[in-house]
Formats: sequence, structure tokens, C-alpha cells
Amino acid sequence: MTNLNEKSFFGRIDWLTILLWFILCVIGLFNIHAAVYDPENPGLFNLATNYGKQSIYIFTAILIAFSILIIDAKFFISVSPIIYVVVIILLIIVLIVGRNVGGNQAWIPLGSFRLQPSEFGKLATCLLLASYLSTQTNKSPNMKTLLIGAAIVLLPVALVMLQPDTGSALAFFALIFVFYREGYVGNTFLLLSGLAILLFVLALLVPNEWILIAVLFVICGLFAYSLRRKRKYLISIGLLFLASSLYILCVDFAYENILQSHQRNRIDIILGKMDDPRGQGYNLNQSKIAIGSGQLWGKGYLQGTQTKYNFVPEQSTDFIFCTIGEEWGFVGSILLVGVYLFLLLRIVHIAERQRTAFARIYAYGVASILFFHFFINIGMTIGIVPVIGIPLPFISYGGSSLWSFTILLFILLRFDSSRKGLNG
Amino acid sequence: MNSFFARRYVIQGIFIVIALIIVARLFYIQIIDKSYLLSANNNVLRKVVIYPARGVIFDRNGQVLVQNEPVYDLLVTPREVKDIDTALLCQIIDIDMQGFVNRMEKARNHSPYRASIFEKQLPATTYAQLQEHLYKFRGFYVQNRTVRSYPDSIAPQVLGYIQEVNDRDIERSNGFYRPGDYIGASGIERSYEDLLRGQRGVRNQMVDALNRPQGIFMEGKYDTLAVSGDGLVSTLDKDLQVLAERLMKNKLGSVVAIEPATGEILAFVSSASYDPNLMVGRERGNNYMKLLNDPTKPMFIRPIQASYPPGSVFKVVAALTAQQAGVINAQTSFYCPGGYRYGRGAIMRCTHVDGATDLIKSIQRSCNTYYGYTYARMIDSRGMSGPKAYDLWRESLTKFGLGSPLGIDLPNEKGGFIPESAWYTKRYGSEKWRSSYNISLSIGQGELGITPLQMANIMAIVANRGFYYRPHLVKAIGEKGIVKDEYREKIHAGVDAKYYDPVIEGMSRAVNMAGGTATSVRIPDIEMCGKTGTVQNPHGENHAVFFAFAPRENPKIAIAVFVENAGYGGTWAGPIASMLVEKHLKDTITLPKYIQDRIYNVNLLPKTAKKEEVKQAPSPAKKDSVKAGQTAQAKANKQEYFVHHSQVRRRND
Repeated sequence: MTNLNEKSFFGRIDWLTILLWFILCVIGLFNIHAAVYDPENPGLFNLATNYGKQSIYIFTAILIAFSILIIDAKFFISVSPIIYVVVIILLIIVLIVGRNVGGNQAWIPLGSFRLQPSEFGKLATCLLLASYLSTQTNKSPNMKTLLIGAAIVLLPVALVMLQPDTGSALAFFALIFVFYREGYVGNTFLLLSGLAILLFVLALLVPNEWILIAVLFVICGLFAYSLRRKRKYLISIGLLFLASSLYILCVDFAYENILQSHQRNRIDIILGKMDDPRGQGYNLNQSKIAIGSGQLWGKGYLQGTQTKYNFVPEQSTDFIFCTIGEEWGFVGSILLVGVYLFLLLRIVHIAERQRTAFARIYAYGVASILFFHFFINIGMTIGIVPVIGIPLPFISYGGSSLWSFTILLFILLRFDSSRKGLNG
Repeated sequence: MNSFFARRYVIQGIFIVIALIIVARLFYIQIIDKSYLLSANNNVLRKVVIYPARGVIFDRNGQVLVQNEPVYDLLVTPREVKDIDTALLCQIIDIDMQGFVNRMEKARNHSPYRASIFEKQLPATTYAQLQEHLYKFRGFYVQNRTVRSYPDSIAPQVLGYIQEVNDRDIERSNGFYRPGDYIGASGIERSYEDLLRGQRGVRNQMVDALNRPQGIFMEGKYDTLAVSGDGLVSTLDKDLQVLAERLMKNKLGSVVAIEPATGEILAFVSSASYDPNLMVGRERGNNYMKLLNDPTKPMFIRPIQASYPPGSVFKVVAALTAQQAGVINAQTSFYCPGGYRYGRGAIMRCTHVDGATDLIKSIQRSCNTYYGYTYARMIDSRGMSGPKAYDLWRESLTKFGLGSPLGIDLPNEKGGFIPESAWYTKRYGSEKWRSSYNISLSIGQGELGITPLQMANIMAIVANRGFYYRPHLVKAIGEKGIVKDEYREKIHAGVDAKYYDPVIEGMSRAVNMAGGTATSVRIPDIEMCGKTGTVQNPHGENHAVFFAFAPRENPKIAIAVFVENAGYGGTWAGPIASMLVEKHLKDTITLPKYIQDRIYNVNLLPKTAKKEEVKQAPSPAKKDSVKAGQTAQAKANKQEYFVHHSQVRRRND
């Protein structure tokens, strides 16, 4: 089926997406260079630096991408359970032999490289989820399918949580978009999720939860009054109120008793309940200073003082956006956000043009994962979400992250390029 | 494509909304909120002040009076201090353990991340020792500063001293000064502060997150260079000053020598004095307190702040003003029976019985009687009321620069005191008072208060036959040698030149002719004109005064010597003046050795005021208490100095 005609095969690849991918990789490379740049010792290209290593990773990623494009698309469907199992085993191994870096036991040392299985977990989960759900499309969405699908997602989540790497684990929850798109969860669920997040924030912000519950009661009462003719709604509102109240109490309890203190601090800082720019809030504060000081046009390439002089921690990995914000300013930042948004919308567009359910579901998985990383990573550097250590896809320094996201994306492109000849 | 196709729009919508939220947030922190830019600069920029070298001060012959000496401030960044040999550091910089802890605490309170001063002004020897071990003391740095140094340890009251600015200085300077800066606090250091201080430079040093110095911001685009302060050429003659100070050792009083043709002050001694080097360095605070508490008041600048009745030397002014007023002339003669009887049983005695005395002789012999008559004519016989005539006379005195500050280039000059007629009217309770009421004014006693500088200036006027330039201590500023205009203005004393001849003749005879009051101090080959004075001192021994100028024609030096509690003027003040004049004119001293030794060795300090020796060497006691400089300064300002009793009385009125 494949390679009938080289020219037409490459002609069917979505070059636009590849271009966006490549732009992001190059932006990443330049900014990693800026982040590790030592003004005292500028030197030339050096493989020992993060910058040098990332060049190799990108080069390798291109080889991987090419390899994926010449592999039969069906291969990925057939091996998806195997990949999933392998990754699950790796996730178990990492708990036993993994190296502890920054409090997380997330790395398996392989010679000079370190492998981060959780990065590949997302890929494996997307593949298996797509594989499973695509077999169920002939039926209407049902609870059993939803539960099995959820189990596929939650197994790696549980293992990643054990490392414990909350950030990476949270990324799996972005796959909710997949279930939504496939109809397993409805608009109500999405709204309720939004409401849950809102109540979570409010519950932590309002000092006394009973005040919040009282306010909620008044709002629900007003709704109930305006809808008093329709009994069906009245019950729903009542239930919603009770559930919300219970939820608020649970949030407070969980916040005080289940979250670890550093997580609690990160949330407090984001909510403005705590101000500790030298201690717990140092990262975020320095990150905002770096980005904020970029102003409209930025300080120029290699001119970012906050970046250059190491005020921002983790600046070539999780906080790479600081370098972009500082050196390229508002203009550079929105261009980057624009490229990402364009990529995300493009993936959704690609998803919807697929003929097979597998490809479509997989595409939404890719979009969800990328979106989550994009939002949480940039959001944390500018102080709209708590600090969660996850990379910015294609840009942050790191081989595991770059390769897994590249594989994730190029498998999609492989499906897309053969969409006309594949039936599922 | 299944039935949930439309949900793609919801998902895309969520993506777009989130992207917009991010953009909005970026807009806020990058464009609207400027505080992040400020914080970034605070993070990375350290404005390093480059201190300019303060201007050097030379004497009139180009010899250095004040120079700069490098010292080293030890700085500490508390966060970087780790595992250091505290005992060794304490030993090197000579502090104790508690002192170390206190200093660290202070520095930490200032900022744990930024360098603050740990110990100030380490001398070069300590620095050399410290330098060897500095690599062991992580977190400690050394910063160069310069302090003043006085190679000959002379003229502290003229040169003044510098000190760290206090809050008031900072406020007054509209932010020019910053904590840690030095400012001239007295003497010409203070009056020429604007010129001496130079201009600070700033280097915009960038530092990294660990506060380690990195590059220079924008390749030094916003840096400024330090500009050294202007050098000053003082009018003082170092050799003369050294001699004068030596002569005044163990005596209280003043010496002021002026070059009459220019108003330049050649020597300016205020005794008791102190070594100006005491006001420099780590022991400064202690020394300052000791000097303040010293009963001989070395911080008191007697030549411009003490005012005394001038005594007989005032007869010179009396003779001149009386001639100008026309009440006497060169031929006027009075009969001296050994005293002037100004009322029933009230006699102002002379030390002699001279019979017929003319103007020249009156000066030569210092005849009180003559000036009793002269004053009587001046006040009583001018066809006007006593007070009116007195005011007229008073005005002629003020033209001699009396009664108000002369405008020397030193801070805090006092003007002395010449009462106005109203003052006497109030005192006597009526306007109907006459010369006999305050006859002692005629011979320079009574309520008059004149500073030694004014006395010397009177001599300059006489030497110039009628005019003077404001006495000053700086003759040239900077490389161009600018002189301030106010010191080039010729000021007339209101008495015509011809009236000076008999007075000068009298002064010449006082020194050079048998029967003069100061013949013992005459100088071979130089016609010095002089006048002795003995100031009655109600508080103790009389003060000795001697005025002189020389040579008679084309005078080069006018001098006033005032020795407190020294008795008769000719005994102590005369030889001192004579030696200084000869030294200045001929660079030798011919006065017999035994007289010189007598002067060098005598101790005329009042018995109550045993001078405490202030040690300069680092005292064995470790001074770890926070320095008391500021409070001491406040005390100094409050301290009041009185010499003249009339001033005390005036305050009580």
C-alpha cells in the first residue's frame, strides 16, 4: 500500500505541520543556547553544552521522524498494545532502578543519556486508547467502553504518580478531550469540570468555606426561583448545590491534609495568598521578572540578563519560556503562542479529515497532550497556573521529551499521509 | 466522522480562549506592569560607586599639607560566608569574637545577598596581611578608599577634617551625598567641599544570581568616570606654621600671620592643637571624643572663634581713628602723671610716669593716660551727645573689620563684639553717659571682643597704611590657580594714609628704640614695628598679646600673637612674634638660645586644664561598640565657647 509513488507519498504529507514542528524545534535550540550562554566564555559550538546536545537530539528526532514516515501506518495500530505494555513495564522499572532527579524518580540511566519513561507513556496511552476506542465506534458510546478507556489512561497515571511526578501525571487528564470528542462524556461533564475548577479556586481563596456555600445557596435559590415551573431542573439544581457544597468541603480537607506542603505553597503563591519571592515563590517571581522585563520588543538574542546570569532556575527545561519572553519580548512571545495555537488547530483540522476512527481519536490525543503542556508550561511561567514541572513540547531541552513528542506528532502525520488508503 | 463532529469547535474554542488568556497575561506583565523591568534591573545591576580622589592641599610653596592615603574597607556578603577561620580574621583585623558576630548580624540585617561594610578603613599594613589570607574568607571582599593624611601633622583647625555624611547632610544635599560618602566637616575641607570632593563615577556592574560580578552593563554606556577634586594651594607657609605650632606648644592662644599686600594668611595657629591624623582611620571616633572632652579645647578654633579684649594693642586703632576724627593729631601731647583720672578717686594707671607724651611716644611707651584723654575728647568734646559720638567712633572701628566676621574662608568665624551705644544706654539706664563710664575701652579693655584674626588684620591695615584684603587661607584653586574674587577686593579702613606715620613710628620705637615696651625682641637688620598688650583677665592670669609687622617699608608680614594666661605681653607673646617674623623674612632666628628654649619649654596651660595626651596608635582596648561619632558631633555643636565676659553678660540681658 505504501510507497506506490514516492512523489505522491511525500506530496500527501502535511508539510505545514512539519514546518511548524521544525520552527518550534529551532526556536527551542536558539533559546537553549541563550539560556546556557556564558558571556564570559562564549566559545563555539560545543557538544558538551545543553545547546550542543539539543542539536544532536533534534538531528536524531529528524531521523526518527523520517523512519516513522516510511513505516507502514498499520504497524502502529498493531503494535500499540505492545508499546503500551513495554512502557508500563518501564514505568515499573523506573520505580525500582530509576535515578532520583529533583525529588522525582523518573529517569532510567542509559549510558550518558537518561530515559524518562513517563514521556513515552503519553504516546503509548494515546495509541492504545485510539486503538481500543476505534474498535467500539460501531456501538453508541456506553459506560463500559468509557470505563475501559479510562482504565487505559489511569494505569500509567497511577504509576507516574508513584514516582511521584504529579505534573506528568496530570498531563494524561488532558485526554478528556478525546472522550469528549468521541461522545463518552457530554457538554454537561465539560461544564461541570469547569465549575469544579472554579469552585476549587474559590474554595481556597475564600477564607471560610461556609461563606462560599452560603453564596452558592443564594445563587442556586435564584436559579430555582426563575425556573420554578420546571420541576426537573429544580431537582438538578438541588443536587448540584449539595454536590458543590460537599465538594468545597472536600477541597478544603484535601488541601489541608492530602496535598504536600510544596504543592500547597505553589497553589498559595498563584492565588496570591502567599508572598515569598525569596523562598517558595522564587522560581515564579524570577520567571515573571524575566518575562516582564522583556517589554514589547525584548532585550535581544543573548542579551537577556536574567537568563544569562542564571536568575531563573531550570531555564533550559521547564522555564525555557522565560528566555523567549525576556529576549524576544511581547512580540516574540505572542508569535510563539501563535505558532502553537496554529499547530493545535491544525492537528484538530487533520483529526477531522481522517477516515479512520483510530487516526481521528489518536489525533485528538496528540492535540490534548500538546495543548496541556503548552497551557500549563507557559501558564506557570507567567503565573496563571501553579508551578508544575512539565516541558514545553519541542522547545524545552531534553531528548526524551523531544523524541516522544516528535514520535507522537509524526505517527499522526503518517496516518494522515495514508488516510486515503487506509480503512478502519 | 461521527455524530459528535460539532464538538471540534468547542475544543478549538477552548484552545483559542486559553491562548488569548496567555496573550492577555503576557500583555499585562510585559507591557503594562513596569515593575518587572525594575526588578530585573535590581536583580542584575549593581551601581558601583567609583570614589574620586579628594583634592590635595598644598602650602604656598607647593609642599603637601594634606594628601590621600589608600585604605581598605572590608566588605562582606553574608550569604556567601562559609566555613571561614573566624579566629584568624578577627586576629588580623583586630576585633573580638563578639565584634565579629555583631558585625555579621548588622550586615545580615542590611541584606544577606549584598555586600555591606564589615570593617572600615583598614590601614595598608593590615590590608597586606589580610590579602594573604583573603582567599580563605569566602564572602569577604576589599574595597579601596582613600583617606586624608597629614604628613606634618600641622594646622588641624585650618585644614579641618572629613567625616562620613550624616542624615542631615544627605537631606541638605538633595541626594548628592549617599550613606558612606565623606564630607568636609570643618576647616577648608568644609568651606571648599564643593571643589575638593570631585565627582563620583558610577560603574553599572552586572551580577549573576549568586551576586558574582559579570560584565559591565551595555559596555559601559551608562557609566561615568570619577573626576578628582581640585587641588588647593593654601596661603600657609608650612615651615612658618610648623615653627609657630612648636612655639605655641603647651600654651593656649593663637598666632595669625598675614601677608599685608594680599591678605594671605601665612600661619594660623590655634593652641591647644592636635594631630590632624587623629581624625582619620578606625580610631577616629574615640579620638574625637577625647578631643571633645579635653579641657584645653583643641577643637575650638581660637583665632576665629575666641574673642578677647585686645588690650594695649588697641591703642593703635584708637590713635588712628582719633586722628581721622580730628580729635588729636601727630603733635597732640598730654601730660602723663602715671595714670588718667576719669572721676573722683578713679584712676586708670600707667606702668610708668612719663610726663609730656606725644602720639609717637604714647604708642612706644603704651601710655594709658594718653588714650584716656583721647577717648574723652572723642566721646565728650565733639559737640554731640555721648552715645552719638560713641556710635560715630564705633563705626570707624567697624571699618577696621571689628565687630563682625571678616569673611575668612573657614566655617564658623565669629565677629567679636563691639557694643553699640544703645547697649551702654541700656546698661547705664540713661543716655547721659560720657567717656568716663566706659573709659577702659580707650585702652582695649572692657566690653570689647576681638578675635585674634581681627587683631592680625589690624596689623595688616597698619602695615598697608590704610587698607586690607580679607584674610584668607586658599590662594589658588585647581590647575588654573583661580583666586576667589572676594579675596582680591581692596577694602579701605577709613583712615587716611598720612595718619599712619606717627603710629608706625611709635610702633617702630617700641621695638627698636631704648625705652620701648618690646626692645627685647628686636631683630637685627629688620625694622619691625610692634605693640605689646596685656589683657586683663578677670578669670585668671592676664593674657599676653603682641602685634607686629615687618619690615617697616614694604611689609611682608603682619602678625598677632595671643597667649592666654601668660601675663605681660612682652615676655611671651613678643619673642614668639619676633621669631616668626625673623624666620619668615630671613629664615633664621637670632634670638638667644636660652630665650628660645624658655619659650619652647614653658608650660602656660592653666593648672585646671591638664592636657590629656591622645594616643594615635591603635589603642589596646578593642573598640567594638558602635561608633559614637554621630552623637559626639551633636554634642560638639551644642558646646559653647566663651572667652569674653561681655558676651556672657550680653546673653544674660
